Amino acid sequence: MSAVTIDQPQTPPSKTFRRRSKFERAISSLGFWRGLAGILVFLVLWEAAAYLKATLDFTIPFFGKLPAPTLVAAAAAEVVVQPGYWWSWVESFKRVLGGFIIAMILGIPFGLALAVNKYFRDVFFPPFEILRPIPPLAWVPASLIFWPTNEMSIIFVTFLGAFFTIVINVLGGARTIDVRYLRAAQSMGANQWHLFSRIILPGTLPSIFTGAAVGMGITWNVVLAAEMVSGGGSQAGGGLGFFIWSSYMGGSMEHIIVGMISIGIAGYLSSALIRWLGERTMPWQRAF
Amino acid sequence: MRPQDFSSGAVATKGAISIRNVTKIYDPDGAQVMAVDNCSMDIAPGEVCMIVGPSGCGKTTLLNAIAGFHSITEGEIILDGVTLCSPKQPLAGQSADRIVVFQNGALFPWKTLAENVAYGPMVQRRWPKAECLERARTALKEAGLGAVVDKYPGEVSSGMARRAEIVRALINDPKVLLLDEPYRAMDALTKQIMHEALLEMYDRTKVTIYFITHDLEEAIFLGDKVYVMTTRPCRVKKVIDINLPRPRDYTTLTTEAFRLLVKEADEAVHEEALKAFKAGEREMA
Repeated sequence: MSAVTIDQPQTPPSKTFRRRSKFERAISSLGFWRGLAGILVFLVLWEAAAYLKATLDFTIPFFGKLPAPTLVAAAAAEVVVQPGYWWSWVESFKRVLGGFIIAMILGIPFGLALAVNKYFRDVFFPPFEILRPIPPLAWVPASLIFWPTNEMSIIFVTFLGAFFTIVINVLGGARTIDVRYLRAAQSMGANQWHLFSRIILPGTLPSIFTGAAVGMGITWNVVLAAEMVSGGGSQAGGGLGFFIWSSYMGGSMEHIIVGMISIGIAGYLSSALIRWLGERTMPWQRAF
Repeated sequence: MRPQDFSSGAVATKGAISIRNVTKIYDPDGAQVMAVDNCSMDIAPGEVCMIVGPSGCGKTTLLNAIAGFHSITEGEIILDGVTLCSPKQPLAGQSADRIVVFQNGALFPWKTLAENVAYGPMVQRRWPKAECLERARTALKEAGLGAVVDKYPGEVSSGMARRAEIVRALINDPKVLLLDEPYRAMDALTKQIMHEALLEMYDRTKVTIYFITHDLEEAIFLGDKVYVMTTRPCRVKKVIDINLPRPRDYTTLTTEAFRLLVKEADEAVHEEALKAFKAGEREMA
Protein backbone atom coordinates (compact mmCIF):
# COMPACT_ATOMS: atom_id res chain seq x y z
CA MET A 1 0.00 0.00 0.00
CA SER A 2 1.24 3.46 -0.83
CA ALA A 3 1.54 6.14 1.80
CA VAL A 4 -1.62 8.09 2.46
CA THR A 5 -1.40 11.60 1.11
CA ILE A 6 -3.00 14.61 2.66
CA ASP A 7 -5.17 15.59 -0.27
CA GLN A 8 -6.87 12.22 -0.46
CA PRO A 9 -10.58 12.59 0.24
CA GLN A 10 -11.30 11.71 3.83
CA THR A 11 -13.64 8.79 4.21
CA PRO A 12 -15.34 7.95 7.48
CA PRO A 13 -13.47 5.27 9.41
CA SER A 14 -16.47 2.95 9.32
CA LYS A 15 -15.93 2.61 5.59
CA THR A 16 -12.18 2.22 5.52
CA PHE A 17 -11.96 -0.36 8.29
CA ARG A 18 -13.75 -3.64 7.94
CA ARG A 19 -15.29 -4.69 11.20
CA ARG A 20 -13.42 -7.81 12.27
CA SER A 21 -15.41 -10.96 12.76
CA LYS A 22 -16.15 -12.28 16.21
CA PHE A 23 -13.66 -15.10 15.68
CA GLU A 24 -10.87 -12.74 14.61
CA ARG A 25 -11.49 -10.51 17.60
CA ALA A 26 -11.50 -13.54 19.90
CA ILE A 27 -8.16 -14.94 18.78
CA SER A 28 -6.48 -11.56 18.81
CA SER A 29 -7.38 -10.91 22.45
CA LEU A 30 -4.96 -11.67 25.24
CA GLY A 31 -7.75 -13.26 27.27
CA PHE A 32 -8.19 -15.97 24.67
CA TRP A 33 -4.52 -16.97 24.82
CA ARG A 34 -4.52 -16.93 28.62
CA GLY A 35 -7.50 -19.28 28.55
CA LEU A 36 -5.74 -21.59 26.13
CA ALA A 37 -2.61 -21.54 28.30
CA GLY A 38 -4.77 -22.47 31.31
CA ILE A 39 -6.16 -25.51 29.54
CA LEU A 40 -2.67 -26.60 28.39
CA VAL A 41 -1.20 -26.25 31.88
CA PHE A 42 -4.08 -28.29 33.25
CA LEU A 43 -3.49 -31.07 30.70
CA VAL A 44 0.27 -31.12 31.28
CA LEU A 45 -0.19 -31.39 35.07
CA TRP A 46 -2.74 -34.14 34.60
CA GLU A 47 -0.40 -36.03 32.24
CA ALA A 48 2.52 -35.62 34.66
CA ALA A 49 0.44 -36.84 37.59
CA ALA A 50 -0.52 -39.97 35.68
CA TYR A 51 3.15 -40.83 35.13
CA LEU A 52 4.25 -40.28 38.73
CA LYS A 53 3.87 -43.99 39.43
CA ALA A 54 6.21 -44.98 36.62
CA THR A 55 8.79 -42.30 37.26
CA LEU A 56 8.83 -41.67 41.03
CA ASP A 57 6.94 -44.70 42.28
CA PHE A 58 4.41 -42.41 43.93
CA THR A 59 0.71 -41.96 43.23
CA ILE A 60 -1.55 -39.16 44.34
CA PRO A 61 -4.28 -40.77 46.44
CA PHE A 62 -7.55 -41.35 44.54
CA PHE A 63 -6.47 -39.25 41.56
CA GLY A 64 -3.82 -41.79 40.68
CA LYS A 65 -6.52 -43.96 39.18
CA LEU A 66 -7.14 -41.43 36.42
CA PRO A 67 -5.81 -42.41 33.01
CA ALA A 68 -3.43 -39.94 31.38
CA PRO A 69 -5.00 -37.50 28.92
CA THR A 70 -3.00 -39.09 26.10
CA LEU A 71 -4.62 -42.45 26.87
CA VAL A 72 -8.04 -40.78 26.90
CA ALA A 73 -7.25 -39.16 23.56
CA ALA A 74 -6.22 -42.56 22.14
CA ALA A 75 -9.49 -44.08 23.38
CA ALA A 76 -11.40 -41.17 21.90
CA ALA A 77 -9.71 -41.60 18.52
CA GLU A 78 -10.75 -45.23 18.56
CA VAL A 79 -14.32 -44.44 19.61
CA VAL A 80 -15.15 -41.62 17.22
CA VAL A 81 -14.83 -43.88 14.17
CA GLN A 82 -17.50 -46.21 15.53
CA PRO A 83 -21.07 -45.39 14.46
CA GLY A 84 -22.38 -46.62 17.82
CA TYR A 85 -20.73 -43.69 19.59
CA TRP A 86 -22.42 -41.18 17.30
CA TRP A 87 -25.73 -42.94 17.75
CA SER A 88 -25.35 -42.22 21.48
CA TRP A 89 -25.12 -38.55 20.59
CA VAL A 90 -28.16 -38.74 18.37
CA GLU A 91 -30.17 -40.60 21.01
CA SER A 92 -29.32 -38.14 23.77
CA PHE A 93 -29.89 -35.10 21.58
CA LYS A 94 -33.24 -36.46 20.49
CA ARG A 95 -34.33 -36.82 24.10
CA VAL A 96 -32.93 -33.48 25.23
CA LEU A 97 -34.46 -31.58 22.33
CA GLY A 98 -37.71 -33.51 22.52
CA GLY A 99 -38.22 -32.80 26.22
CA PHE A 100 -36.91 -29.28 25.88
CA ILE A 101 -39.09 -28.30 22.94
CA ILE A 102 -42.23 -29.71 24.58
CA ALA A 103 -41.29 -27.78 27.73
CA MET A 104 -40.98 -24.57 25.73
CA ILE A 105 -44.24 -25.13 23.86
CA LEU A 106 -46.18 -25.76 27.07
CA GLY A 107 -44.12 -23.67 29.49
CA ILE A 108 -44.10 -20.30 27.71
CA PRO A 109 -47.90 -20.00 27.28
CA PHE A 110 -48.44 -21.40 30.78
CA GLY A 111 -46.01 -18.88 32.30
CA LEU A 112 -47.56 -16.01 30.34
CA ALA A 113 -51.06 -17.06 31.35
CA LEU A 114 -49.97 -17.14 35.00
CA ALA A 115 -48.50 -13.67 34.59
CA VAL A 116 -51.39 -11.91 32.89
CA ASN A 117 -54.45 -13.54 34.43
CA LYS A 118 -55.06 -13.31 38.15
CA TYR A 119 -57.71 -16.05 38.23
CA PHE A 120 -55.50 -18.43 36.31
CA ARG A 121 -52.65 -17.65 38.71
CA ASP A 122 -54.82 -18.14 41.79
CA VAL A 123 -55.89 -21.59 40.62
CA PHE A 124 -52.77 -23.00 38.98
CA PHE A 125 -49.87 -21.43 40.83
CA PRO A 126 -50.26 -23.32 44.15
CA PRO A 127 -50.20 -26.82 42.62
CA PHE A 128 -47.36 -25.71 40.36
CA GLU A 129 -45.38 -24.54 43.36
CA ILE A 130 -45.92 -27.85 45.14
CA LEU A 131 -44.74 -29.89 42.17
CA ARG A 132 -41.82 -27.61 41.30
CA PRO A 133 -39.46 -28.50 44.17
CA ILE A 134 -39.64 -32.21 43.36
CA PRO A 135 -36.34 -33.03 41.63
CA PRO A 136 -36.96 -34.40 38.12
CA LEU A 137 -35.06 -37.57 39.00
CA ALA A 138 -37.57 -38.33 41.75
CA TRP A 139 -40.10 -38.69 38.94
CA VAL A 140 -38.10 -41.45 37.23
CA PRO A 141 -39.56 -44.53 38.97
CA ALA A 142 -43.13 -43.25 38.73
CA SER A 143 -42.79 -42.29 35.09
CA LEU A 144 -41.18 -45.64 34.23
CA ILE A 145 -44.33 -47.29 35.54
CA PHE A 146 -46.69 -44.71 34.10
CA TRP A 147 -45.44 -44.35 30.54
CA PRO A 148 -45.66 -47.33 28.22
CA THR A 149 -42.09 -47.11 26.94
CA ASN A 150 -38.78 -46.23 28.57
CA GLU A 151 -38.19 -43.71 25.80
CA MET A 152 -41.34 -41.83 26.73
CA SER A 153 -40.45 -41.79 30.41
CA ILE A 154 -37.00 -40.41 29.69
CA ILE A 155 -38.46 -37.64 27.54
CA PHE A 156 -41.04 -36.98 30.24
CA VAL A 157 -38.51 -36.41 33.02
CA THR A 158 -36.39 -34.35 30.65
CA PHE A 159 -39.45 -32.25 29.93
CA LEU A 160 -40.07 -31.76 33.65
CA GLY A 161 -36.50 -30.60 34.18
CA ALA A 162 -36.91 -27.75 31.70
CA PHE A 163 -40.60 -27.00 32.21
CA PHE A 164 -40.51 -25.66 35.78
CA THR A 165 -37.49 -23.47 35.12
CA ILE A 166 -38.98 -22.02 31.95
CA VAL A 167 -42.35 -21.29 33.58
CA ILE A 168 -40.77 -19.58 36.59
CA ASN A 169 -38.58 -17.42 34.36
CA VAL A 170 -41.40 -16.47 32.00
CA LEU A 171 -43.66 -15.64 34.91
CA GLY A 172 -41.01 -13.52 36.62
CA GLY A 173 -40.08 -11.76 33.38
CA ALA A 174 -43.64 -10.96 32.38
CA ARG A 175 -44.57 -9.73 35.86
CA THR A 176 -41.63 -7.35 36.11
CA ILE A 177 -42.17 -5.52 32.82
CA ASP A 178 -41.96 -1.84 33.61
CA VAL A 179 -45.46 -0.40 34.01
CA ARG A 180 -44.32 2.66 32.04
CA TYR A 181 -44.19 0.58 28.86
CA LEU A 182 -47.73 -0.66 29.40
CA ARG A 183 -49.00 2.82 30.19
CA ALA A 184 -47.22 4.38 27.24
CA ALA A 185 -48.67 1.75 24.91
CA GLN A 186 -52.15 2.15 26.34
CA SER A 187 -52.10 5.91 26.07
CA MET A 188 -51.16 5.54 22.38
CA GLY A 189 -54.25 3.46 21.80
CA ALA A 190 -53.06 -0.12 22.23
CA ASN A 191 -55.79 -2.67 22.97
CA GLN A 192 -55.38 -5.76 25.15
CA TRP A 193 -54.07 -7.87 22.28
CA HIS A 194 -51.47 -5.23 21.32
CA LEU A 195 -50.38 -4.98 24.92
CA PHE A 196 -49.80 -8.71 25.01
CA SER A 197 -48.22 -9.24 21.60
CA ARG A 198 -46.16 -6.07 21.31
CA ILE A 199 -45.25 -5.27 24.91
CA ILE A 200 -45.53 -8.25 27.22
CA LEU A 201 -44.21 -10.81 24.76
CA PRO A 202 -41.10 -8.92 23.57
CA GLY A 203 -40.58 -7.64 27.12
CA THR A 204 -40.51 -11.23 28.36
CA LEU A 205 -38.19 -12.55 25.63
CA PRO A 206 -34.97 -11.98 27.61
CA SER A 207 -36.43 -14.00 30.50
CA ILE A 208 -37.63 -16.68 28.10
CA PHE A 209 -34.08 -17.11 26.84
CA THR A 210 -32.64 -17.09 30.34
CA GLY A 211 -35.11 -19.79 31.28
CA ALA A 212 -34.25 -21.70 28.13
CA ALA A 213 -30.51 -21.55 28.83
CA VAL A 214 -30.91 -22.75 32.43
CA GLY A 215 -33.53 -25.30 31.39
CA MET A 216 -31.24 -26.68 28.70
CA GLY A 217 -28.55 -27.27 31.31
CA ILE A 218 -31.03 -29.11 33.51
CA THR A 219 -32.29 -31.29 30.64
CA TRP A 220 -28.75 -32.55 30.06
CA ASN A 221 -28.39 -33.39 33.76
CA VAL A 222 -31.69 -35.20 33.74
CA VAL A 223 -31.33 -37.07 30.46
CA LEU A 224 -27.96 -38.48 31.47
CA ALA A 225 -29.17 -39.72 34.79
CA ALA A 226 -32.35 -41.12 33.26
CA GLU A 227 -30.36 -42.98 30.63
CA MET A 228 -28.19 -44.54 33.31
CA VAL A 229 -31.17 -45.59 35.37
CA SER A 230 -33.28 -46.99 32.58
CA GLY A 231 -30.32 -48.86 31.08
CA GLY A 232 -29.62 -49.85 27.52
CA GLY A 233 -32.30 -52.41 26.98
CA SER A 234 -34.01 -53.09 23.73
CA GLN A 235 -36.64 -50.38 23.95
CA ALA A 236 -34.56 -47.46 25.12
CA GLY A 237 -31.21 -47.89 23.50
CA GLY A 238 -28.01 -46.06 24.21
CA GLY A 239 -27.49 -42.40 24.70
CA LEU A 240 -24.40 -40.77 26.15
CA GLY A 241 -25.53 -41.57 29.69
CA PHE A 242 -25.70 -45.23 28.82
CA PHE A 243 -22.34 -44.93 27.04
CA ILE A 244 -20.75 -43.85 30.33
CA TRP A 245 -22.64 -46.44 32.31
CA SER A 246 -21.64 -49.30 30.04
CA SER A 247 -18.02 -48.05 30.06
CA TYR A 248 -18.20 -48.24 33.83
CA MET A 249 -19.61 -51.76 33.66
CA GLY A 250 -16.84 -52.67 31.25
CA GLY A 251 -14.28 -51.11 33.61
CA SER A 252 -12.82 -48.70 31.06
CA MET A 253 -11.84 -45.48 32.75
CA GLU A 254 -10.68 -43.97 29.46
CA HIS A 255 -14.10 -44.47 27.91
CA ILE A 256 -15.85 -43.03 30.92
CA ILE A 257 -13.82 -39.86 30.50
CA VAL A 258 -14.45 -39.78 26.75
CA GLY A 259 -18.17 -39.97 27.54
CA MET A 260 -17.91 -37.21 30.12
CA ILE A 261 -16.08 -34.89 27.76
CA SER A 262 -18.62 -35.68 25.03
CA ILE A 263 -21.39 -34.53 27.34
CA GLY A 264 -19.46 -31.37 28.10
CA ILE A 265 -19.22 -30.63 24.39
CA ALA A 266 -22.87 -31.54 23.77
CA GLY A 267 -24.00 -29.24 26.58
CA TYR A 268 -21.81 -26.44 25.26
CA LEU A 269 -23.23 -26.83 21.76
CA SER A 270 -26.77 -26.72 23.10
CA SER A 271 -26.25 -23.52 25.05
CA ALA A 272 -24.37 -21.98 22.12
CA LEU A 273 -27.41 -22.74 19.99
CA ILE A 274 -29.68 -20.97 22.48
CA ARG A 275 -27.36 -17.98 22.71
CA TRP A 276 -27.28 -17.76 18.94
CA LEU A 277 -31.06 -17.92 18.72
CA GLY A 278 -31.32 -15.31 21.46
CA GLU A 279 -29.08 -12.88 19.59
CA ARG A 280 -31.07 -13.38 16.41
CA THR A 281 -34.43 -12.94 18.14
CA MET A 282 -33.45 -9.97 20.29
CA PRO A 283 -31.25 -7.67 18.21
CA TRP A 284 -31.80 -4.81 20.68
CA GLN A 285 -29.97 -6.74 23.39
CA ARG A 286 -26.70 -6.38 21.48
CA ALA A 287 -26.78 -2.70 22.28
CA PHE A 288 -26.13 -3.34 25.96
CA MET B 1 -33.93 28.27 16.41
CA ARG B 2 -35.62 28.31 13.05
CA PRO B 3 -37.58 31.56 12.70
CA GLN B 4 -39.01 30.55 9.31
CA ASP B 5 -41.17 28.02 11.12
CA PHE B 6 -43.24 30.66 12.83
CA SER B 7 -44.89 32.01 9.74
CA SER B 8 -46.32 28.53 9.18
CA GLY B 9 -46.62 27.86 12.91
CA ALA B 10 -49.78 26.09 13.97
CA VAL B 11 -52.52 27.90 15.80
CA ALA B 12 -53.79 26.28 18.95
CA THR B 13 -57.42 25.25 18.59
CA LYS B 14 -57.70 22.33 20.96
CA GLY B 15 -56.46 21.06 24.27
CA ALA B 16 -58.28 23.25 26.81
CA ILE B 17 -58.06 21.53 30.17
CA SER B 18 -60.16 22.54 33.07
CA ILE B 19 -59.31 21.01 36.42
CA ARG B 20 -62.12 21.85 38.84
CA ASN B 21 -61.82 21.33 42.58
CA VAL B 22 -60.06 18.02 42.20
CA THR B 23 -59.33 16.09 45.38
CA LYS B 24 -57.54 12.80 45.56
CA ILE B 25 -57.40 10.68 48.69
CA TYR B 26 -55.30 7.55 48.69
CA ASP B 27 -56.69 4.98 51.02
CA PRO B 28 -54.15 2.26 51.57
CA ASP B 29 -55.26 0.13 54.54
CA GLY B 30 -57.70 2.75 55.76
CA ALA B 31 -54.97 5.33 56.37
CA GLN B 32 -56.42 8.18 54.37
CA VAL B 33 -53.69 10.18 52.69
CA MET B 34 -54.76 13.33 50.94
CA ALA B 35 -52.54 13.81 47.90
CA VAL B 36 -54.44 16.56 46.12
CA ASP B 37 -56.71 19.00 47.94
CA ASN B 38 -59.33 20.98 46.06
CA CYS B 39 -57.07 21.87 43.21
CA SER B 40 -58.25 23.98 40.26
CA MET B 41 -56.48 25.06 37.09
CA ASP B 42 -57.63 26.37 33.77
CA ILE B 43 -55.32 25.66 30.90
CA ALA B 44 -55.99 27.40 27.60
CA PRO B 45 -55.55 25.60 24.28
CA GLY B 46 -51.90 25.56 23.32
CA GLU B 47 -50.73 26.82 26.67
CA VAL B 48 -47.45 25.62 28.12
CA CYS B 49 -48.30 25.03 31.73
CA MET B 50 -45.43 24.33 34.09
CA ILE B 51 -46.08 22.68 37.45
CA VAL B 52 -43.47 23.28 40.13
CA GLY B 53 -43.55 21.97 43.65
CA PRO B 54 -41.67 19.97 46.28
CA SER B 55 -41.01 16.25 45.78
CA GLY B 56 -43.92 13.98 46.56
CA CYS B 57 -46.41 16.84 46.68
CA GLY B 58 -48.97 15.23 44.38
CA LYS B 59 -48.11 16.86 41.07
CA THR B 60 -47.79 13.48 39.42
CA THR B 61 -51.10 12.34 40.91
CA LEU B 62 -52.79 15.12 38.99
CA LEU B 63 -50.97 14.15 35.81
CA ASN B 64 -51.96 10.51 36.30
CA ALA B 65 -55.57 11.57 36.72
CA ILE B 66 -55.52 13.49 33.43
CA ALA B 67 -53.81 10.57 31.66
CA GLY B 68 -56.27 8.06 33.07
CA PHE B 69 -53.76 6.08 35.13
CA HIS B 70 -55.26 6.99 38.50
CA SER B 71 -58.77 7.82 39.65
CA ILE B 72 -59.83 10.99 41.45
CA THR B 73 -61.96 11.28 44.59
CA GLU B 74 -63.76 14.57 44.01
CA GLY B 75 -64.05 17.32 41.42
CA GLU B 76 -63.80 16.95 37.69
CA ILE B 77 -61.37 17.24 34.83
CA ILE B 78 -62.68 18.51 31.51
CA LEU B 79 -60.86 18.39 28.20
CA ASP B 80 -62.32 20.49 25.37
CA GLY B 81 -65.78 20.40 26.91
CA VAL B 82 -65.77 16.66 27.51
CA THR B 83 -65.66 15.47 31.11
CA LEU B 84 -62.74 13.06 31.48
CA CYS B 85 -63.34 12.14 35.07
CA SER B 86 -65.66 13.06 37.88
CA PRO B 87 -66.95 11.27 40.99
CA LYS B 88 -69.36 9.40 38.70
CA GLN B 89 -66.54 8.08 36.55
CA PRO B 90 -63.42 8.51 38.70
CA LEU B 91 -60.96 7.00 36.22
CA ALA B 92 -60.51 8.79 32.90
CA GLY B 93 -60.45 6.62 29.81
CA GLN B 94 -57.04 6.34 28.16
CA SER B 95 -56.74 7.78 24.73
CA ALA B 96 -54.16 9.04 22.30
CA ASP B 97 -55.39 12.62 22.76
CA ARG B 98 -53.36 12.76 26.01
CA ILE B 99 -49.88 11.30 25.83
CA VAL B 100 -47.40 11.03 28.66
CA VAL B 101 -43.63 11.35 28.39
CA PHE B 102 -42.23 9.69 31.47
CA GLN B 103 -39.50 10.65 33.88
CA ASN B 104 -37.07 7.92 32.87
CA GLY B 105 -38.28 7.52 29.32
CA ALA B 106 -40.47 4.73 28.11
CA LEU B 107 -39.32 4.05 24.59
CA PHE B 108 -39.77 0.34 23.98
CA PRO B 109 -36.25 -1.09 24.08
CA TRP B 110 -37.15 -3.86 21.64
CA LYS B 111 -38.16 -1.48 18.85
CA THR B 112 -36.01 0.85 16.79
CA LEU B 113 -36.66 4.58 17.11
CA ALA B 114 -38.67 4.58 13.87
CA GLU B 115 -40.73 1.58 15.03
CA ASN B 116 -41.28 3.28 18.37
CA VAL B 117 -42.56 6.44 16.72
CA ALA B 118 -44.74 4.43 14.33
CA TYR B 119 -46.25 2.46 17.22
CA GLY B 120 -49.19 4.76 17.98
CA PRO B 121 -50.45 5.21 14.40
CA MET B 122 -49.94 1.48 13.81
CA VAL B 123 -52.07 0.27 16.70
CA GLN B 124 -54.67 2.90 15.89
CA ARG B 125 -54.57 1.80 12.22
CA ARG B 126 -54.37 5.39 11.07
CA TRP B 127 -52.35 4.60 7.98
CA PRO B 128 -51.06 1.42 6.36
CA LYS B 129 -48.05 -0.05 8.14
CA ALA B 130 -45.47 1.08 5.58
CA GLU B 131 -46.82 4.61 5.65
CA CYS B 132 -46.70 4.70 9.46
CA LEU B 133 -43.00 3.82 9.32
CA GLU B 134 -42.34 6.31 6.55
CA ARG B 135 -44.03 9.12 8.45
CA ALA B 136 -42.17 8.12 11.61
CA ARG B 137 -38.86 8.41 9.77
CA THR B 138 -39.82 11.80 8.39
CA ALA B 139 -40.87 13.05 11.81
CA LEU B 140 -37.61 11.87 13.36
CA LYS B 141 -35.63 13.56 10.59
CA GLU B 142 -37.48 16.82 11.22
CA ALA B 143 -36.48 16.56 14.87
CA GLY B 144 -32.84 16.18 13.88
CA LEU B 145 -32.69 12.44 14.52
CA GLY B 146 -32.33 11.33 10.91
CA ALA B 147 -29.06 9.53 11.57
CA VAL B 148 -30.43 7.22 14.25
CA VAL B 149 -33.89 6.23 12.97
CA ASP B 150 -32.92 2.56 12.78
CA LYS B 151 -31.07 2.40 16.10
CA TYR B 152 -32.50 0.83 19.22
CA PRO B 153 -33.10 3.12 22.22
CA GLY B 154 -30.22 1.45 24.07
CA GLU B 155 -27.86 2.58 21.33
CA VAL B 156 -28.56 6.31 21.45
CA SER B 157 -27.89 8.98 24.10
CA SER B 158 -30.55 9.80 26.66
CA GLY B 159 -31.05 13.20 25.04
CA MET B 160 -31.80 11.63 21.68
CA ALA B 161 -34.07 9.06 23.30
CA ARG B 162 -36.07 11.74 25.07
CA ARG B 163 -36.41 13.78 21.90
CA ALA B 164 -37.57 10.67 20.03
CA GLU B 165 -40.10 10.05 22.75
CA ILE B 166 -41.60 13.48 22.26
CA VAL B 167 -41.74 12.80 18.51
CA ARG B 168 -43.49 9.51 19.31
CA ALA B 169 -46.07 11.41 21.33
CA LEU B 170 -46.62 14.22 18.83
CA ILE B 171 -47.12 11.95 15.81
CA ASN B 172 -50.44 10.95 17.37
CA ASP B 173 -51.53 14.57 17.11
CA PRO B 174 -52.54 14.70 20.79
CA LYS B 175 -54.51 17.50 22.38
CA VAL B 176 -52.27 17.51 25.42
CA LEU B 177 -48.68 16.47 26.01
CA LEU B 178 -48.11 15.40 29.60
CA LEU B 179 -44.46 15.56 30.62
CA ASP B 180 -43.35 14.22 33.98
CA GLU B 181 -39.90 15.65 34.68
CA PRO B 182 -38.60 14.42 31.35
CA TYR B 183 -35.19 16.09 31.65
CA ARG B 184 -34.58 15.39 35.29
CA ALA B 185 -31.42 13.33 35.06
CA MET B 186 -29.73 15.42 32.39
CA ASP B 187 -26.78 17.71 32.70
CA ALA B 188 -27.35 21.43 32.24
CA LEU B 189 -25.89 21.58 28.73
CA THR B 190 -28.00 18.72 27.37
CA LYS B 191 -31.03 20.18 29.10
CA GLN B 192 -30.54 23.46 27.30
CA ILE B 193 -30.52 21.69 23.93
CA MET B 194 -33.59 19.66 24.94
CA HIS B 195 -35.42 22.86 25.86
CA GLU B 196 -34.72 24.49 22.54
CA ALA B 197 -35.78 21.34 20.69
CA LEU B 198 -39.00 21.19 22.70
CA LEU B 199 -39.76 24.86 22.05
CA GLU B 200 -39.13 24.32 18.36
CA MET B 201 -41.54 21.37 18.31
CA TYR B 202 -44.05 23.35 20.32
CA ASP B 203 -43.97 26.25 17.90
CA ARG B 204 -44.70 23.83 15.08
CA THR B 205 -47.60 22.03 16.77
CA LYS B 206 -48.94 24.40 19.43
CA VAL B 207 -50.00 21.43 21.50
CA THR B 208 -51.11 22.08 25.07
CA ILE B 209 -48.28 21.09 27.42
CA TYR B 210 -48.60 20.05 31.04
CA PHE B 211 -45.05 19.87 32.28
CA ILE B 212 -43.95 18.82 35.76
CA THR B 213 -40.54 19.92 36.93
CA HIS B 214 -38.39 20.78 39.91
CA ASP B 215 -36.30 23.18 37.94
CA LEU B 216 -37.55 26.76 38.26
CA GLU B 217 -35.46 28.16 35.44
CA GLU B 218 -36.69 25.40 33.19
CA ALA B 219 -40.26 26.24 34.15
CA ILE B 220 -39.88 29.94 33.41
CA PHE B 221 -37.88 29.44 30.23
CA LEU B 222 -40.43 27.07 28.70
CA GLY B 223 -43.75 28.09 30.19
CA ASP B 224 -46.61 30.46 29.57
CA LYS B 225 -47.74 29.96 33.13
CA VAL B 226 -45.96 28.53 36.12
CA TYR B 227 -48.09 26.91 38.81
CA VAL B 228 -46.30 26.74 42.13
CA MET B 229 -47.85 23.96 44.19
CA THR B 230 -47.95 23.58 47.95
CA THR B 231 -46.45 20.63 49.74
CA ARG B 232 -48.74 17.66 50.37
CA PRO B 233 -51.69 17.89 50.06
CA CYS B 234 -51.20 19.52 46.68
CA ARG B 235 -52.90 22.88 46.11
CA VAL B 236 -52.13 25.78 43.80
CA LYS B 237 -50.09 28.22 45.83
CA LYS B 238 -49.28 30.75 43.16
CA VAL B 239 -49.72 31.22 39.45
CA ILE B 240 -47.06 33.22 37.68
CA ASP B 241 -47.71 34.51 34.17
CA ILE B 242 -44.62 34.36 32.05
CA ASN B 243 -44.79 37.19 29.58
CA LEU B 244 -41.41 36.61 28.01
CA PRO B 245 -41.74 36.99 24.25
CA ARG B 246 -41.52 33.93 22.01
CA PRO B 247 -39.49 32.64 20.28
CA ARG B 248 -37.17 32.28 23.23
CA ASP B 249 -33.62 31.06 23.09
CA TYR B 250 -30.66 30.88 25.45
CA THR B 251 -30.22 34.65 25.38
CA THR B 252 -33.60 34.90 27.15
CA LEU B 253 -31.94 33.35 30.19
CA THR B 254 -29.81 36.40 30.79
CA THR B 255 -32.50 39.08 30.45
CA GLU B 256 -33.60 41.18 33.40
CA ALA B 257 -37.23 40.12 32.99
CA PHE B 258 -36.24 36.45 33.26
CA ARG B 259 -34.18 37.11 36.36
CA LEU B 260 -37.05 38.91 38.09
CA LEU B 261 -39.46 36.06 37.32
CA VAL B 262 -37.02 33.55 38.76
CA LYS B 263 -36.79 35.64 41.91
CA GLU B 264 -40.56 35.85 42.24
CA ALA B 265 -41.03 32.13 41.76
CA ASP B 266 -38.09 31.25 43.94
CA GLU B 267 -39.59 32.89 47.01
CA ALA B 268 -42.83 30.93 46.67
CA VAL B 269 -41.08 27.64 45.97
CA HIS B 270 -38.53 28.04 48.71
CA GLU B 271 -41.21 28.45 51.35
CA GLU B 272 -42.90 25.23 50.25
CA ALA B 273 -39.63 23.36 49.97
CA LEU B 274 -38.85 24.33 53.53
CA LYS B 275 -42.25 23.09 54.72
CA ALA B 276 -41.81 19.83 52.85
CA PHE B 277 -38.38 19.39 54.36
CA LYS B 278 -39.64 19.98 57.89
CA ALA B 279 -42.57 17.62 57.33
CA GLY B 280 -40.06 15.04 56.16
CA GLU B 281 -38.04 15.56 59.31
CA ARG B 282 -41.14 15.04 61.43
CA GLU B 283 -41.92 11.80 59.61
CA MET B 284 -38.40 10.61 60.23
CA ALA B 285 -38.49 11.49 63.91
